[in-house]
Amino acid sequence: MDQQVKFYQTGTFTVGNRLLAPEQRSVQADMARTNSLNSGHRACQGCGEALGARYAIDAAMRACDKQLIAANATGCLEVFSTPYPETSWQIPWIHSLFGNTAAVATGIAAAMRVKGRKQVRVIAQGGDGGTTDIGFGCLSGMFERNDDVLYICYDNEAYMNTGVQRSSATPPAARTATTMPVGPEPGNVFGQGKNVPRIAMAHGIPYVATATVADLRDLEYKVKKAINIRGAKYIHIFVPCPLGWGAASHDTIKLAHLAKECGLFPVFEAEHGELTRVSKIRKPVPVEEYMKPQRRYAHLFGKQPALDIIAKIQARADRNIKQYGLLEQGEH
Amino acid sequence: MSSVMDKPFAITLDVGSSLANKTGSWRTARPVYLDRLPPCNHQCPAGENIQSWLNLAEEKQYEAAWRKIMEENPFPAIMGRVCYHSCEGACNRGKIDLPVGINSVERFLGDQALKHGWRVEPGKPTGKKVMVLGAGPGGLAAAYHLARLGHQVSVFEASPKAGGMMRYGIPKYRMPREKLNAEIARIKDMGVAIRVDSKVADVAQTIKDEGFDACFLAAGLQNGRRVEIPQTGEGSQKIAVLDAVSVLRAVELEEPVALSGRVVVYGGGNTAIDVARSAIRLGALSVTVVVLESREQMPAHHEEIKEGLEEGIHLVNLRQINAIDGKRLTLETMVSGAGRELVHTGQTETIEADVLVQALGQTGDYAALANLRGIVMRDGAVQVGTDLMTGARGVFAGGDMIPSQRNVTAAIGLGKKAARNIDAYLRAEQTAPKAKAEIADISRMNTRYYSDAPRTVRPVLDVVRRTSGFAEIVGNLDEETAVFEARRCMSCGNCFECDNCYGVCPDNSVIKLGPGKRFAFNYDYCKGCGICAAECPCGAIKMVPEDI
Repeated sequence: MDQQVKFYQTGTFTVGNRLLAPEQRSVQADMARTNSLNSGHRACQGCGEALGARYAIDAAMRACDKQLIAANATGCLEVFSTPYPETSWQIPWIHSLFGNTAAVATGIAAAMRVKGRKQVRVIAQGGDGGTTDIGFGCLSGMFERNDDVLYICYDNEAYMNTGVQRSSATPPAARTATTMPVGPEPGNVFGQGKNVPRIAMAHGIPYVATATVADLRDLEYKVKKAINIRGAKYIHIFVPCPLGWGAASHDTIKLAHLAKECGLFPVFEAEHGELTRVSKIRKPVPVEEYMKPQRRYAHLFGKQPALDIIAKIQARADRNIKQYGLLEQGEH
Repeated sequence: MSSVMDKPFAITLDVGSSLANKTGSWRTARPVYLDRLPPCNHQCPAGENIQSWLNLAEEKQYEAAWRKIMEENPFPAIMGRVCYHSCEGACNRGKIDLPVGINSVERFLGDQALKHGWRVEPGKPTGKKVMVLGAGPGGLAAAYHLARLGHQVSVFEASPKAGGMMRYGIPKYRMPREKLNAEIARIKDMGVAIRVDSKVADVAQTIKDEGFDACFLAAGLQNGRRVEIPQTGEGSQKIAVLDAVSVLRAVELEEPVALSGRVVVYGGGNTAIDVARSAIRLGALSVTVVVLESREQMPAHHEEIKEGLEEGIHLVNLRQINAIDGKRLTLETMVSGAGRELVHTGQTETIEADVLVQALGQTGDYAALANLRGIVMRDGAVQVGTDLMTGARGVFAGGDMIPSQRNVTAAIGLGKKAARNIDAYLRAEQTAPKAKAEIADISRMNTRYYSDAPRTVRPVLDVVRRTSGFAEIVGNLDEETAVFEARRCMSCGNCFECDNCYGVCPDNSVIKLGPGKRFAFNYDYCKGCGICAAECPCGAIKMVPEDI
């Protein structure tokens, strides 16, 4: 989200700001935030998904006055939060199969409607594997029926809890356990890709948005907006994975920020299939700056950098910048 | 625990919270909060806690901000006008866009205090009497701090008014006298006796006669240093040769000064520029400043040089005046040698002048110190220890009298330091200097979180209006602009409660303690990922390796 309040030292770039009125501060700045995902969970140090999930669910809890139920696909988020019988969740929460969380959430929404509990909002959440691969059929069905569910995908670009295998959200050239950096085209292939936010838009559902853990205010704004819309909503949150990406645990937010600033991850929102707003790039950076701190791209930056491959990745970023209009006027 | 038989179908265990899992055991490094020393504070010769008072000004707590300045420096309104604000040169914001206008905000706060009549109360009386020699910035600052510490202070001043070089050396266009008078009056109101027109002939005798327990020498350097230049010519064909200190003093006392016709000022320091700019205001035909050093090596502050040039002074660098022949000055061209020394070239040129003002430094008058036993003089300066005590027991010295930076702010800093050491001496305590925190270098900060905002440029009166009189030339910030300017401060190295650490922790391991109370870590669950330290805008969190 663009800077709303200027001249206030950090404005709305930081989580809170003592110079802003309490109602202008973020949910995360609140001493009484839900802490939906409590301490003691087993996510790795610096987990972007743990952070993204707390950001999103805390924002939803405030927006619907804690009338919330979440269904959770199998994946990192479920495994690290709820090793039976312990759980970190401090909300009504149900674990589904890997592939059916959209359908389970649809069922919960139907049950609430039948019981006349219209105030209860329903979230389905999962990682990129459970969303873009395994749960994709159920997800598309939920969109097509316009079920009253907010689906949140936490995208860390591979199957992390099973050992970093490629998913259909893994970017080209990235090393995973199943796309090793060997042969003439090391790492993941340059394929067609599967852009689920755009596929969601193609269903014409009321609301689609992307966000990152580097821009909290924007993420909270989108969750709050989505949770109050009746019908199918989809939010795709970019969550760096220190383990799977080979990045330092303290770089999680920095990497999310750079992914947006270099153009590889466009941050936008769309209503009924139409793009309505994009987050502009504040200070453009080349893709190398985003890729270099990640060991999954290390094979591109050896003694002889793979300039052709880096150029192809830069071209993807440039295409996004052009397609979404990510630069301010006059910055080209 | 209930038995399996009491549970619903397929449930065998009670639901537990993940709080049972103390993930803090994973940690190899722990985050800790710390206050680093902001570069502005580190730079300030008066030792002001700039970051701290800007922080209060940001919240529009102007009186609290002013009181924070007053802990270190009794002259915010004067500082906001004549301080060379080296803090702004050190400001980390300057590496991003432009430095914070610290000086403008200080002036705003100083003026607010005068407008509202805020005062400072003296401390509980200790019964000790302290003599201060000289009512300049150093002497008055020491008197103020001593009064706050409860000592009874008498300041002896040879001139008819207090202020020292702030009055007799800095022209009115830079330092309006009503502000100067008001800030000095505030010190008097604390019970400090300022005896003007009281030249002390013998300090040792005065201490004895009046029974002072300690003394602070801050008489400054009152006399212009003159170099002998061979001069020929008689009567009306003779050039008038003056010295800068006398000229500025005469301007202040509104005595007639012969700064008319073609004025040449000889010297490259701030005093030379002050004389030149005063000459323009007094209607000189032309004003030329002849400087030995190159433009880059001139000791004068660059802003003063810039404003002087805008007003029409001419600057002739790398020239030495060799002779005065009637109304003609012979200048020899100098060049910079391999080091910083200057080399003669033998090439000369001449310029015409009616008045020559020498501004080549100042010397002190130390006759009154003659009977102080143990005092040591070297290179025209009083020698002092790290506690500013001279060789004479209980006699301290500061300001321009000792080897120092020799400007108003440095003198005020020395006055404060002397006051604290005198206090310790009177209480027979040892003062160990506090260990300084590490400096908040910009590399320790995450600057992407700060809003972009341009520096509010101080409205400057146009050149024509400025040169036509002695009206103050640098305008004030209004409240709104002052508060925006303060909010450009990045609070380097000091937590300003942005809540980032509290928000970005994936493990909920940062505890928010509430407004003004900052945060704490919950090491039971902190895994030591370091995101809080990486995303702290101001660098107030450090990762420390655990003993494993």
